[in-house]
Amino acid sequence: MNPTTAGPAQAENQKSPSTSAYRAIDEGKPRFARLRGSLQQLLAAASLIVIVVYFSLASSHFFTPNNLVSILTAATVTGILALGTTFVIITGGIDLSIGTGMVLCGVMAGVFLTYWGWPLWAGVAATILFGGVIGLINGVNVSVLGIPPFIATLGMMLIAAGLSLVISGTKPIYFNETPEFQQIMNLSIIPGIRFPLGVAIFIVMIVVAALLLSKTIVGRYAFSIGSNEAATALSGVNVRRWKIVIYTLAGLFVGLAGVLSASRLSSAQPTGGMGLELEAIAAVVIGGTSLQGGKGSIVGTVIGALIMAVLTNGLRIISVPQEWQSVAVGIVILVAVYLDMLRRRRS
Amino acid sequence: MSDATAEASLPETPAPVASAPLLELEGVSKGFPGVQALDGVRLDLRHGEVHALVGENGAGKSTLMKLLAGIHTPDSGTFRMNGRDLVIDGPRHAQEQGISIIHQEFNLMPDLTVAQNIFIGREHRGAGLFVDDKALNRRARDLFDRLGLALDPAEPVERLTVARQQMVEIAKALSFDARVLIMDEPTAALNDAEVDVLFDLIRRFRSPETGVIYISHRMEELSRISDRITVLRDGRYIDTLETAATSQREIISLMVGREISGESRPAPIAGDAPVVLAVRGLSTKHLLRDVDFEVRAGEILGFAGLMGAGRTEVARAVVGADRRQAGVIELHGREVSIGSPADAAALGIGYLSEDRKQLGVLLERSVRENIVLASLKDYLGALGWVKDRRIEQAGREYVDKLRIKTPSTAQLVRNLSGGNQQKVVIAKWLAKDCDVLIFDEPTRGIDVGAKEEIYTLLRELAAQGKAIVMISSELPEVLRLADRIAVMAEGRLTATLDNADATQEVVMDYATRFTAEGTIAR
Repeated sequence: MNPTTAGPAQAENQKSPSTSAYRAIDEGKPRFARLRGSLQQLLAAASLIVIVVYFSLASSHFFTPNNLVSILTAATVTGILALGTTFVIITGGIDLSIGTGMVLCGVMAGVFLTYWGWPLWAGVAATILFGGVIGLINGVNVSVLGIPPFIATLGMMLIAAGLSLVISGTKPIYFNETPEFQQIMNLSIIPGIRFPLGVAIFIVMIVVAALLLSKTIVGRYAFSIGSNEAATALSGVNVRRWKIVIYTLAGLFVGLAGVLSASRLSSAQPTGGMGLELEAIAAVVIGGTSLQGGKGSIVGTVIGALIMAVLTNGLRIISVPQEWQSVAVGIVILVAVYLDMLRRRRS
Repeated sequence: MSDATAEASLPETPAPVASAPLLELEGVSKGFPGVQALDGVRLDLRHGEVHALVGENGAGKSTLMKLLAGIHTPDSGTFRMNGRDLVIDGPRHAQEQGISIIHQEFNLMPDLTVAQNIFIGREHRGAGLFVDDKALNRRARDLFDRLGLALDPAEPVERLTVARQQMVEIAKALSFDARVLIMDEPTAALNDAEVDVLFDLIRRFRSPETGVIYISHRMEELSRISDRITVLRDGRYIDTLETAATSQREIISLMVGREISGESRPAPIAGDAPVVLAVRGLSTKHLLRDVDFEVRAGEILGFAGLMGAGRTEVARAVVGADRRQAGVIELHGREVSIGSPADAAALGIGYLSEDRKQLGVLLERSVRENIVLASLKDYLGALGWVKDRRIEQAGREYVDKLRIKTPSTAQLVRNLSGGNQQKVVIAKWLAKDCDVLIFDEPTRGIDVGAKEEIYTLLRELAAQGKAIVMISSELPEVLRLADRIAVMAEGRLTATLDNADATQEVVMDYATRFTAEGTIAR
C-alpha cells in the first residue's frame, strides 16, 4: 500500500503494522483537518472584521450599539432565507423562489390573520407551514418530476410573485385584527437597548440550522447528495425523499422569513421580493458554500449575510450613494469566490 | 493457467459447506431499447471461490452486475443463493441479501469522511435525527482493524489517493457482512504493490461461506487470483473454465471469438534517428527532481513506475499543465519555452490525458468536432466562419485511417466504446500534426480486442516517424511496446533501460528504489 504509512509502523509493531500506523496519523490529524476545513470561514470572518474596522474608523456613527443592532435587524430576513437555502445549495440545487415565496407567505399571513381572523399563533404557524408547502412542491418538481432545480424554482418564483398580487388584490394587507403581530419582529426584549425579538429569532434559527446541518441525518444527506448523488442513491439512501425534505425545510425558513418581514412592516406588501433570492444566494456563496454542492457551512452563510448587511449599512453611513452599494456587494461576491477558488486550487 | 507463477498461487480453496452453489444464475436475459444486453446467461459461484468474469466491453458483464446489484431487474431468468430463490429489489436489498458490489467508477462522496462514506444510509442515530459520528468512527476503526487497513475514519475521502479510495470502497462492501463480493475492474487504477494488497484482502475475505465474482481486463491477474473463469461474449454465455487448466491465449480467443497473435517485443530502432524531444533537469516544486530523457523519431519511450512516482507529473510539466521549477525542453535540438498546454500544442507536442472522459474528449459533441478541436484554426474561413464541409472531410479521413468504429462522423462521442473514444483523441492530435505524442495510460478501461488495436496504432505512428512517450501502469504493456523504458520512483528517474535489458523484475526493482527518507513526497 502507500509506503507513507507502512514504513515507520513496521518497526514498532509486527502483529498488525498498518493498524498502529493509522493510529499514529490519527492523533495529530483531526485538529489539522478541522483547521483547514474552516479556512474559508476564517477568511470570510477576517474580511468581515476588516470591513467593520474600516467603517468604525471612517465614521463615529458606525460602531454604536444601536447601529450594530440595526445591522443585525437588516440582516435578519435575508439571513433566514440564506440559512434555508444553504441546505438546498449544498445538495447541488438552487432555490430561486425564496424571495417571492417569502412575499407570498407574508400575504398569506395577512389572509389568515386579517381576512380569516385566525388567532395569532395559528396564523403564524400556518404561514410557516405554507412556506413549507411551497418548498415541498419545489422538492417534488425537482426530485420526482426531474425538473432541473433552476427551472423548477424559477417557475415557482413567478407563480409566487403572481399569486401574491392575485390574492391581495395588489393592495397591502394590514394586520388590524392582530396588532401584536408586528411585535414578533419588533418587540424590544432587552431593557435599555433596542434589541428586537426578530434578531433573537434569527440567532436561534442560526443555531438550529447549524445543528441540522452538521449533526443530523438531514445535513449528512445534503452533503452526500451534493457530493455524489448517484453514489448516495446506490448506497441505499432514498435520494428523492431526502431532496423533498430539504426543499421543504428551505420552504419553512421562507415561511418564517415571510412572517418576520410582514411583521417588520406591520403589513403584507404584495409586491417586491424579486431579487431577494439573489441576495440570499450571494450571502451563501460569500460564506464559502459551493454552488456545485457538497461543501458549505452555516457559519459561513451567517458571515456572508453579515458582510452584505454591514456593507450596505456602512456605505450609507459614510454617505456613499445607494447606487454604489450594489456595485460594492457585486465586487465582494467576485472577490470572495475568487479567493475561494485560489484556496481550492492550492490544496 | 499454465503461466501462473509459483509465488502467486493461492492457498487451498476451502471445501464448500453445502452442495448447492453459493450463488447460481440461470437463463438470465435483459434487454434495453435497441440492445439485447444479456441473453440466457448462467453463472454459478461456489463457496469459497474467486470466480472471474471476463468479456470484451459490451459483452454484458456490467449489465449482469447491475442485475445483481438491484439497479436493474432482469427480463427473465432465476437467481438462487444457497439453493433458495432470490429476488433482488433495489440496491439496499441486494446489500441486505449479502451481495456487495465494488463498482468500477468509485461510488464515494468526496466531501464526506471515510467513516461517513462507509456507513452512509446506515448511520448511528442518537436522539431522533442526530447522527453519532463518534460511533461511526469507532465502528469504522473496528472494521479497519479486522481488515488490517491503514485508513483514518475521520479523513475526508477527497484527500485520499485513488488506491486508498479503493480500500474505502472495499471496506464499505465488506461492512455489509457480504457473502458475495463482486468487484468490477478493481485494479484499474492500482499499481502492482497495491494490487498485492488488494489480492491479500480478497484471500482473507474468502471463507467457506463467501465467494467473489471478479471482473477484470487484466489477463495476468486472473491466473493469480481466480479459481474459475466464465467468459461472456455479446451478451451470451460462452464457457466456464478451471483457471489451472487454461491459458491466457485460450481465454482471450474465447472472449474475442478469434485467435489473437502472440506477444512480441519491438525491434530496436536505428540509433542515429534524430532526437525530437529532449528534457533536461526537469523539476517541480512538489515531486519531480532532475528528470532527464530524450525521445527519438520513430521511438516509443515508456514510463514505468508505481502510482505516485511522478510519471503523469512529468508529462504535465513538459506540456506546461503544471509549473516547472527548473528544466530545459528542447524540440528538434532547439530550446523551446512552453508555458501552457496551448504552447505545447502549437509546437506539435500532444498530450493524451489518462483521464480521457474528463480531459480528453467532449462527450456530448460529435466525432468530427472532437477530431478538429485542436486544429480548428485550419478550418476557419473569413470572419471565423467554420467550414463544415472540410471538417466532415477531415473527420472521415481520420475515422478511416484509425479504423474508428462509428456509424458516422456526426455521432456523439458519448456513444462510442472506450477504445474508439481513445482513437478519437489520437485523431485529434494527428490532425494537429504533432511530432511528439505523450500517451498517459492509453489503454485504461479499454477491452482486450481494442487494446490490441491501440497497440498497433502506436506502432504505426512510431513507424511514421513520430516520437512517442507512453505512460502506463501495466508493465507487460510497457515491455511490449516501448523501445526504451524510463523507470521512476519518488519523482526521480531511477533508470532508463533498453527493451532488451528490461524484464518485469528489473523494472520493479528500479521502481522501488526509494531514497533514504523512505517516504513518497506529496
